[in-house]
Amino acid sequence: MTGRRTRARMLLAGIAGLGLLAACNGPLEGRADEDHAGPPAYGDTFIQASIGDIGGLIPSLTSDQSSHEVGGLIYDGLVKLDKDLNMAPAMAESWTYSKDCLDLTFKLRRDVKWHDGYPFTADDVVFTYQTMINPKTPAPFKEGFLLVKSVDAPDPYTVHVRYDKPYARAVETWGTYILPKHLLQSFAEAGTLRESPQNSHPVGTGPYRFQEWKPGEKVVLLANPDYYEGRPYLSRVVYRVIPSQATIFLELKARGVDYVSTLTGIQYARQTEYPAFRKAYHKYRYPASDYTFLGFNLKDPRFADRRVRRAFAHAINKQELIDGVRLGLAREATGPIRPGTWAYTDKVTRFEYDPAKARELLAEAGWRDRDGDGVVEDKDGKPFTVTIRTNQGNDERKKIAEIIQQRLKEVGVHADIQLIEWAAFIKEFVKPRRFELVVLGLGTGVDPDQYVVWHSSQRGPDQMNRTGYANPEVDALLEAGRSSCVQSERVKYYHRLQEILAEDLPMIFLYYRDALPVVAARIHGVSPAPAGILYNFNEWYVPKAQQRYTSG
Amino acid sequence: MALFALRRLLLSIPLLIGITFVSYVVIGLAPGGPLDFLTPEDPNASPEVRERLIEEFGLDQPIHVQYWHWLKRAVRLDFGRSFLPDGRPVSAKIAERLPVTLFLNLIELAIIVGLAVPIGVLSATRQYSLYDKITTVFVFVGFATPDFWLALLLMILFGVQLGWLPISGLRSLNWEYLSFWQQQWDFLAHLILPIVVATFGGLAGFSRYMRQSMLEVVRQDYVQTARAKGLSERTVISKHALRNALLPVVTILALALPGLIGGSVIIESIFAIPGMGQLMVQSVFSRDYPVVMGNLVIVASLTLVANLIADITYALVDPRIRFGGRRGRG
Repeated sequence: MTGRRTRARMLLAGIAGLGLLAACNGPLEGRADEDHAGPPAYGDTFIQASIGDIGGLIPSLTSDQSSHEVGGLIYDGLVKLDKDLNMAPAMAESWTYSKDCLDLTFKLRRDVKWHDGYPFTADDVVFTYQTMINPKTPAPFKEGFLLVKSVDAPDPYTVHVRYDKPYARAVETWGTYILPKHLLQSFAEAGTLRESPQNSHPVGTGPYRFQEWKPGEKVVLLANPDYYEGRPYLSRVVYRVIPSQATIFLELKARGVDYVSTLTGIQYARQTEYPAFRKAYHKYRYPASDYTFLGFNLKDPRFADRRVRRAFAHAINKQELIDGVRLGLAREATGPIRPGTWAYTDKVTRFEYDPAKARELLAEAGWRDRDGDGVVEDKDGKPFTVTIRTNQGNDERKKIAEIIQQRLKEVGVHADIQLIEWAAFIKEFVKPRRFELVVLGLGTGVDPDQYVVWHSSQRGPDQMNRTGYANPEVDALLEAGRSSCVQSERVKYYHRLQEILAEDLPMIFLYYRDALPVVAARIHGVSPAPAGILYNFNEWYVPKAQQRYTSG
Repeated sequence: MALFALRRLLLSIPLLIGITFVSYVVIGLAPGGPLDFLTPEDPNASPEVRERLIEEFGLDQPIHVQYWHWLKRAVRLDFGRSFLPDGRPVSAKIAERLPVTLFLNLIELAIIVGLAVPIGVLSATRQYSLYDKITTVFVFVGFATPDFWLALLLMILFGVQLGWLPISGLRSLNWEYLSFWQQQWDFLAHLILPIVVATFGGLAGFSRYMRQSMLEVVRQDYVQTARAKGLSERTVISKHALRNALLPVVTILALALPGLIGGSVIIESIFAIPGMGQLMVQSVFSRDYPVVMGNLVIVASLTLVANLIADITYALVDPRIRFGGRRGRG
């Protein structure tokens, strides 16, 4: 039994890929279960607080995280993520690739049933694919399916997928929510999926069955006794919508909710450090899947010089940022690949905090303090002044900008700070690349493919290579990494990619924030892993003696 | 009288159409559109989904055409479906949220009126007394206290520290398993804090209004006459003065009608109550035009009806207006 919600996150983080999303997975540091109050038992209700309501109950049509968290419990995919963020079988027992990576064959489990008792077969998978590529289907993420050449079902328990070109994230694509053909076919063909009963009363194959959705109030799910991996222990899951962050925290203090996906740094470090809270809840901590960075505009001739970028890296003290901005609740980033995933390596060049070295590198690049005013100048006497821009309303990024401003001053670079409202910031500065330095965050997918962020072909205004980085070797590595289905081969490309990026520094990778979830102490079986904690949600339980709610 | 009401009613039809047209255009002019929220800013998002939805929603047509299509359906009370991924009918979305908001606001209004009238009357009759000064201070404190702050303080005290009342929501999560009377108590307990917070703020304005109105009336000649007749002060105030002082209050009450379904965003958000206020704000933020328009039509119609009712009741309770009107037309 492994977690659906991890899969939901994978879909979001993976399919949504490199968007600015915050999910939480990665290596762990948390409190494992200490007390053994009793054997696993069925029963009790699990209450999760969420700031936003779900958009709908066919998650393929939504792009908000709530819909995907709830959808991940109701629906299943052919594959899912295991605790180490590797692909693992779900409704498919196994899968095989052809030698050329163009044919992918899934063998399906024979014991899977829809919640209405209808058997699940390969027809449902083919139907899901056809629905996803149907132009009438308003699914925001269909790219992975559009790369498929054909899908067919030679028998009810085999699915055969063909690609035109090898696609590294092919298997991941099939972690998508499989939709019931027997209930949705007419709606999918007519393009009215959003209006179908399935969108308000879904039937899935997942570990939980839908019970009710009171918009703006809650979603209630009941354990599926016929789940193919065994009935989950927690009998009822209530997803409560509480639109105010302050109220969520008060509910937590009053023990009204059992799980909150992330506390703020100050809540984690200070406001929850009292005995009653520690008795009632366990706090966990692991790197979230997004990193914060200081991005250079490589079009700016000053930053086109790698020595200057390295000087900046030496001037910045990452640990100071982590301590000052995140109260220590973050981890130093050395590259764009999420620590704890198979493609990650920490064997890369690091530029320690060393102002003397920074000044030396600046001098080497021609920047010296020629008039003794504390600011370095080039040979024409033009002082080194830059503007650090970031979006308004993000306190963390503002503080980062302020600390970096101070550190740059130490090495003779004068920095101004400008905070701009989000939409205007992206539209006026980031997209047209009208900036010198930016503080921003980027989400990392489960797969290390980062073609859209680093490839030189992706430098257009609506594309994601926002620093304007171009390096032929990196281009080749990204292409090779993306078109291989052999993990042991891909590892080499991505390790090399991380080495080059760490040397080249198109941006200074600052830190990975920590996700800081809390779970009620009466819930047992929580076991932090690189994938976070929700991956084994179906194994969580409350011992009989500690059960609190009479349900199911 | 009936003719007057009918004429006013007919006049409000073009007015309503005008309101909806202006609203439709203004919402359309607001920066950003529904698609900005449905299709994420993401390299892997598919651009053709955007075009497909624009077509489905009819957003590719000029705004007056869009409005005409909307109006044609709206006169049949069909407000269409939400643009959000749930695709539910607007009427269903409003219908499921209206009862809660209406219920809460009616109770609030009743409490506010019930408290504000005596507070106002007593302050007026004992102008500048200690009582008047204390209520004035109290009322201004209430007026100046931010809802959310008071709500948080009460939640911390009664919800977290004392544990007497639930913090948020409308029902406990084990509500289905409670007995009938437990269910009623549970529901009531959830309402106490939101109602207290909402009335605390509303009380201030209303009681001041009552006080002002009463002060004016007690200075009138007929009140003097009543006193001169030798009536007891109690009769003078309750029979002669209060009735007249209530007249302007009736207008305010009628005009509070649309507010009954508007709901308060702050209170609803902080207490996690799924009401109309949240629906309206969320639909505005996500540019969910059909829901915004559906809400607007209801609020606008109610405002017009409330105006009408205010005018009519005014005429009914105040002979001067009734007769004055006749003379004017004659």
